[in-house]
Amino acid sequence: MMLNGAEDEEKWLAEGIAGIQHNAFYMHRALDSNNLREALKYSAQMLSELRTSKLSPHKYYDLYMRAFDELRKLEIFFKDEGKHGVSVVDLYELVQHAGNILPRLYLLCTVGSVYIKSKEAPAKEVLKDLVEMCRGVQHPLRGLFLRSYLAQVSRDKLPDIGSEYEGDADTVMDAVEFVLQNFTEMNKLWVRMQHQGPGRLREKREKERNELRDLVGKNLHVLSQIEGVDLEMYKETVLPRVLEQVVNCKDDLSQYYLMDCIIQVFPDEYHLQTLETLLGACPQLQPTVDIKTVLSRLMDRLSNYAASSADVLPEFLQVEAFAKLSNAIGKVIEAQVDMPAVGAITLYVSLLTFTLRVHPDRLDYVDLVLGACVKKLSSIPKLDDSRATKQVVALLSAPLEKYNDIVTALTLSNYPRVMDHLDNGTNKVMAMVIIQSIMKNNTCISTVDKVEVLFELIKGLIKDTDGADVDELDEEDFKDEQNAVARLIHMLYNNEPEEMLKIICTVRKHTMAGGPKRLPFTVPSLVFSALRLIRQLQGQEGDIVGEEVPATPKKIFQLLNQIIEDLSNVPSPELALRLSLQCAEAANDCDLEHVAYEFFTQAFVLYEEEIADSKAQVTAIHLIIGTLQRMNVFGVENRDTLTHKATGYSARLLKKPDQCRAVYACSHLFWVDDQDGIKDGERVLLCLKRALRIANAAQQMANVARGSSGPVTLFVEILNKYLYFFEKGNQQITGAAIQGLIELINTEKQNDSATPDSASDAFLASTMRYIQFQRQKGGIMGEKFESIKL
Amino acid sequence: MNFLIGAFKPACNISITFSDGKSRKQENGQTVMVPLFQSQENIAGKISIEPFQGKKIEHNGVKVELLGQIEMYFDRGNFYDFTSLVRELDVPGDIYERKTYPFEFSTVEMPYETYNGVNVRLRYVLKVTVSRNYGGSIVEYQDFMVRNYSPAPSINNSIKMEVGIEDCLHIEFEYNKSKYHLKDVIIGKIYFLLVRIKIKNMDLEIRRRESTGSGANTHVETETLAKFELMDGAPVRGESIPIRLFLSPYELTPTHRNINNKFSVKYYLNLVLVDEEDRRYFKQQEITIYRLQDS
Repeated sequence: MMLNGAEDEEKWLAEGIAGIQHNAFYMHRALDSNNLREALKYSAQMLSELRTSKLSPHKYYDLYMRAFDELRKLEIFFKDEGKHGVSVVDLYELVQHAGNILPRLYLLCTVGSVYIKSKEAPAKEVLKDLVEMCRGVQHPLRGLFLRSYLAQVSRDKLPDIGSEYEGDADTVMDAVEFVLQNFTEMNKLWVRMQHQGPGRLREKREKERNELRDLVGKNLHVLSQIEGVDLEMYKETVLPRVLEQVVNCKDDLSQYYLMDCIIQVFPDEYHLQTLETLLGACPQLQPTVDIKTVLSRLMDRLSNYAASSADVLPEFLQVEAFAKLSNAIGKVIEAQVDMPAVGAITLYVSLLTFTLRVHPDRLDYVDLVLGACVKKLSSIPKLDDSRATKQVVALLSAPLEKYNDIVTALTLSNYPRVMDHLDNGTNKVMAMVIIQSIMKNNTCISTVDKVEVLFELIKGLIKDTDGADVDELDEEDFKDEQNAVARLIHMLYNNEPEEMLKIICTVRKHTMAGGPKRLPFTVPSLVFSALRLIRQLQGQEGDIVGEEVPATPKKIFQLLNQIIEDLSNVPSPELALRLSLQCAEAANDCDLEHVAYEFFTQAFVLYEEEIADSKAQVTAIHLIIGTLQRMNVFGVENRDTLTHKATGYSARLLKKPDQCRAVYACSHLFWVDDQDGIKDGERVLLCLKRALRIANAAQQMANVARGSSGPVTLFVEILNKYLYFFEKGNQQITGAAIQGLIELINTEKQNDSATPDSASDAFLASTMRYIQFQRQKGGIMGEKFESIKL
Repeated sequence: MNFLIGAFKPACNISITFSDGKSRKQENGQTVMVPLFQSQENIAGKISIEPFQGKKIEHNGVKVELLGQIEMYFDRGNFYDFTSLVRELDVPGDIYERKTYPFEFSTVEMPYETYNGVNVRLRYVLKVTVSRNYGGSIVEYQDFMVRNYSPAPSINNSIKMEVGIEDCLHIEFEYNKSKYHLKDVIIGKIYFLLVRIKIKNMDLEIRRRESTGSGANTHVETETLAKFELMDGAPVRGESIPIRLFLSPYELTPTHRNINNKFSVKYYLNLVLVDEEDRRYFKQQEITIYRLQDS
């Protein structure tokens, strides 16, 4: 059925075009032979094709354009009185003899155009007559096109200021009057289209009407082009008249389009000066009109205007643009009860954008907008409209982008209240935006209050919100979020230790609520942030006096201890262990022996009780050894206890090679290459020997297991340790011992010929080269190495 | 007719010429151009009689008559002369050669205009009769036209009227005058007070109503001379549609009221609204048409 309709339409269009071409042909002939009578006859017949009711606007337009082209030729003919011998005045009458109204009026407009050009009558009289006569066509589609034709031919003939058709006085008024009238009538016709035909075709009709809207809007464009329409006239005549029509037509499609049109075609300064009138019309529009878009565009334009030049800003202040807009938005929202949340919020977004651009210094305005938005949001249930949510995000992001400074946003009391209305996901997104903004601008948040507010804002990231479905979390997103929070923690900084401590406490308070999944991300940042404070205090140690000062390293360490304990409860033992060691090192630097000891104890406890994985154990033990080696705060007893433990744990690792490596690493615990470091050569040797034994055992185990020996790498590694201590002057390590070890390695290598291991071969070779090098270097070291016989 | 005359070979050739024939305005009579007069004019000229081939014509006298005739077509051949003037041109005698007689009817009263209607014709004619005793009289006719001009009427009210069908259509229309001259233009407007029907278009028609005869024998013939589309599409309440109809393109005559009790010609403006189901709603108003002297 529909298909047939379309086919039929094609057919009708083709017939119409054929009719036009046919008559145009005879018209051309008449024009060529200067036969006015025939020309009129055939042009009227040609224009009769436009009387069809069968075509959709789109097709009708096609037909119209063809007729339009032909009319241009006719107009040229009309202009040349020499050709047809009839004065334009008579011609103006002559064309009115046509019996059918549509061809008659097209011809009348055509001659009218020539008439004005001839200047035999004032332009205003002719225009007035034309626009009046066009009333005869009440059919919406045909009327619209006819009047559009009138608008087209009269465009360059309006009695505008400076135009050659300008009359004596006040003729601009006539031009305006003409366009306004044509506009009004066109809009009426356009609106009327909606109410014709059966109701079921409503959608189609709306689509068709939409295709025609520019015909109506063109008039407004023409108005805006009239030179003589100055602000005064716009304010007094043009805008009120246009708005009157817009409001009275009571048609949502038209109102929406025309409001938008007004906003787009007239200059910004006009809008600014007539804001009250323009905005006053908004609440009077139909409730279904998409006012939000209209107002948004208006505010966009105005804010662009404000941004274009600083000179115009006083104007904005003078007309109290913000108050008016804000007021209007309030009224619109009030008037349109059914406006979805997204609409209202979009409006606020636009208003906010406007405010930010025009009054960047007025934070109270921003807060006002947010407050209004909160009020609106509170009146509706939780947002579940994704578009609305998006708008809220936009609303919240705008101040961040503008001020490049979260601190400003933190002073907006309504900011967090708006965030409360977001769903969890969006809340997180917004929180991320905030954090990114801070990162991007390198903003330092330096007071507890602000930190509090900030964490209130980003609480979606900090802890699980009620009812959030944990399963839905995307692992990667979660990581990104938490990493961002971790980074954020570093941005919270105050040079004042006390304040900084407070900040740390606040952060701790918030982050500790984060639950097992978050702590591993956030705690390290917190810990390092605290350690930084400690180092800072350590730098100005002299200033710290008495117990009263709240920020002492001791206190902070206490805090750290708790933090790490919390972390280990998560459980995240490996991380806790690393952090403990970090703290221990810091305590070492602060000369706080028992604090350091405590941290070590904590580390060992963690190692013993929590770290079960053998690989993790290896890593952990090496970390412990490494840290312990650098400690210098411990007394002999403490140190012995710790080193004993460390070596003990090393020897108890699961795999032989791991044991071996841990044990030879332990050797360093007894030899600190510092001025007053411990240098216990004997125990070093013991460690190394023990490592050798383990290496041997490993070798044998490999033999048993695979029928061939394992790699000799372990031996080479131990050799390197020997060489290190030999070089450092450990008396217990002798050249002979080294020599023995080398021989051992060579023997092992020969046994092992079946499976050459290039890596260990290279390792050995370079080790040997090193020995050679040291020997040849001469001096004390050279002599020492001479004792190694190769 | 002509060849009948030819068959009997007319005895002479009679020609009628008007004294100002060259300069006088000619009007399109029914088939040929004929001179145009108006009432109170002198109608003068010459009549020449020229016998054929040297024949002599014996006659009982020559006369010329000026006749105003009304002819009803349904009553064929029955003329009614409302004006009859006679001038004797010659006493009985013989005509041997071409002979010319001047004639003049001065300030002739011709109250009615020449009219060619559907059922009736009003004409003016000069009739020359050469009376003979035998062979029948020789008669020659010359038509001429009469047009009478009226001054612009001193009272010329507009026609204004509100009409309608209850709860369906109410309109108010206005024509600027009730009396129009032939080259006039009708200006007016139609104001829609209530529209509940879907109107497709609206036309203004000029209708001529010619009634002939009287009493039971009255024949009425109505013609639509103009059909002028005023509006395309359906208006809504409050619309006002302009009317501007130039009368010059149409072949109108002045209104004739009761011409010699034989016939009347009246004009009406008929406003017709057609709805989408092609139903017609109309209102007819008489207007008077008069002939205004060309300036």
